Amino acid sequence: MTTTTTTTAGGVKVVKPTVASYINDYWGRVRGGDLGTLPAILGLIVLSLIFGIARDTFFSGLNFANLFNQSAQVVFIAMGLIFVLLLGEIDLSAGFASGVCGAVVAILLTNHGWDWYTAIPVALITGIIIGFVLGFLVAKLGIPSFVVTLAAFLAFQGVLLVLLGGGTNISTRNEFFNALNNNNLSVTWSWILAILAVVGYAGVQFNQMRSRAKRNLVTDPLGIVLMRIGGLAVLLLVATAILTQERAINPAINSLKGVPIVVPIIGFFLVLWTFVLGRTSYGRHVYAVGGNTEAARRAGIPVDRIRISVFVIGSFMAAIGGIMAVSRASSVDPNTGGSNILLYSVGAAVIGGTSLFGGKGKVINAVIGGAVIAVIDNGMTLMGFNSGTKFIVTGLILLVAASVDALARRRAAATGNR
Amino acid sequence: MAATPLLELSGINKGFGPVQVLHDVGLSVYPGEVTALVGDNGAGKSTLVKCISGIYQIDSGTVTFEGNQVAIHSPSDASGLGIEVVYQDLALCDNLDVVQNMFLGREKKRGIVLDEPTMEQMAGDALASLSVRTLKSLRQLVASLSGGQRQTVAIAKAVLWNSKIVILDEPTAALGVAQTAQVLELVRRLADNGLGVVLISHNMNDVFAVSDRIAALYLGRMAAQVKTTDVTHSQVVELITGGRSGNIGLPPEKPADFGGDVVDITPGGDK
Repeated sequence: MTTTTTTTAGGVKVVKPTVASYINDYWGRVRGGDLGTLPAILGLIVLSLIFGIARDTFFSGLNFANLFNQSAQVVFIAMGLIFVLLLGEIDLSAGFASGVCGAVVAILLTNHGWDWYTAIPVALITGIIIGFVLGFLVAKLGIPSFVVTLAAFLAFQGVLLVLLGGGTNISTRNEFFNALNNNNLSVTWSWILAILAVVGYAGVQFNQMRSRAKRNLVTDPLGIVLMRIGGLAVLLLVATAILTQERAINPAINSLKGVPIVVPIIGFFLVLWTFVLGRTSYGRHVYAVGGNTEAARRAGIPVDRIRISVFVIGSFMAAIGGIMAVSRASSVDPNTGGSNILLYSVGAAVIGGTSLFGGKGKVINAVIGGAVIAVIDNGMTLMGFNSGTKFIVTGLILLVAASVDALARRRAAATGNR
Repeated sequence: MAATPLLELSGINKGFGPVQVLHDVGLSVYPGEVTALVGDNGAGKSTLVKCISGIYQIDSGTVTFEGNQVAIHSPSDASGLGIEVVYQDLALCDNLDVVQNMFLGREKKRGIVLDEPTMEQMAGDALASLSVRTLKSLRQLVASLSGGQRQTVAIAKAVLWNSKIVILDEPTAALGVAQTAQVLELVRRLADNGLGVVLISHNMNDVFAVSDRIAALYLGRMAAQVKTTDVTHSQVVELITGGRSGNIGLPPEKPADFGGDVVDITPGGDK
């Protein structure tokens, strides 16, 4: 392999990266404690293989589609939690906040006869208000977020009970609303969206390369860029191919095929928040406050406003999670967003590679971590384990993820990567 | 060198409640020169710097910048004038890379999207203008940099914004011998590029190595502001520890000691 040097911005001589050196660098970073999503992806593959071997049904199209619907609530809440975790804060109330917002939407739809396009926005605004109050208490009064959200955790549980009149179950009958996390896209739309996603990703990647090359800046090697695009293309197209197969047990009665509607919704928020975190100054400031609050303050970043905003995003995403949960069950009950939902969401973010210490994490972590959680939950159910065992295993895996985070951090400190 | 100071402070008073920290302090910073600000712990160096950078408000006194009297009420006023402070604890974010840190809080944007290529290029140019060649990549995380490299990034950040005055708070305090030399060279280069540099330091070797003028604070008073070539090592030490040395420094009859219980001696009496 020949190494060519190039002169980049300001005349700094650098080695032009080749595919080999890029992979080498990546491996170096991993060894240095910057693990990213690697453990989660490996875990996902290993767990899928174990469950797949143990139960044939695990790899069936029906179960594959189910995974998305089952994990939607956790993934949405985890996406919002990533913003909170990036500041080194925590939102323990996200689960019940999603329950409250879900109850709001169900009450408006069923008890007041509103339509989905008015009920959903009200639920989302409820989420935003909840987030603002939490963020205000943390940022302006200086109460630790652990305490604020622990109090809110209890209070929202009560709010949910009050809203539901002490434990009744409200079912939703709005067709559009119930379709959100139950129905599938048509086969045509499934393919169109999958191809659009791949083309869009390729466009962004090439555009980035072009604009850097134009200014003589170091670009990622073409081979790596093509590998990324190819990887995404294979993943999306294979998944689409599986999901567009007939997966109903009795197709004559009720045909089931197409990508679940919730998938493009997850995709939309994944792209949106990734863009916000990676490409806007707001996102940069979130990382800065999470990395070194004092430095951020001196750089003129409005730290308090950033702190409030992450809680707003956190609760907003929790509201979406709540809407998805209610849509999935077509009803809301006092335990919507309760029991293991919050821990699964925090777990998803941490397993995906977001640090509990702040400053490190990406929105994709929520999706990958959420997938790991969903696979564990789903796989163990298929294998006939009871809830008790499932909780124990999920708890252990969350501990493992947190240990990986802490150990990686220590290793990173030793190698000077963090 | 240049006859007119870039920044001139005169009669600066600053107190916190009953404690008067700065008494009638004057300071001149000249373009193209390194002015070393020395003084013992508690002499008021940091307070003076915070007054210049807008973190504290002065109680009375005048600040003249490029011949015009100005009022600095906030850090953004100071950076608007072209005054940048490189803090002792650096104020860099470990989890961001070099370019991201240099543009923190002042990101270049195209629409709402960050303009990374432009930022990377500008950061590279700023580092190149300081002849910095020690960085492996501009996209390196600051966490992976050595102390000297971090200091370099912090200083280059100040240069990036076309600052006219750079104030460095103990830039070599935590550095080894080689890195100290590197940073001092950088400080010298800043001044040679025409900037006014204020170097706060405890280290006499550093002060004599790079500074053109020395301003010594003693218990909140400016004991003397002298040319480095006019004084000796021991004279500066005397100025720092006693406020006077021979015929330079504070006049002996003035009650220089404001410590302890004699707080009733007000600065108004000095005028």
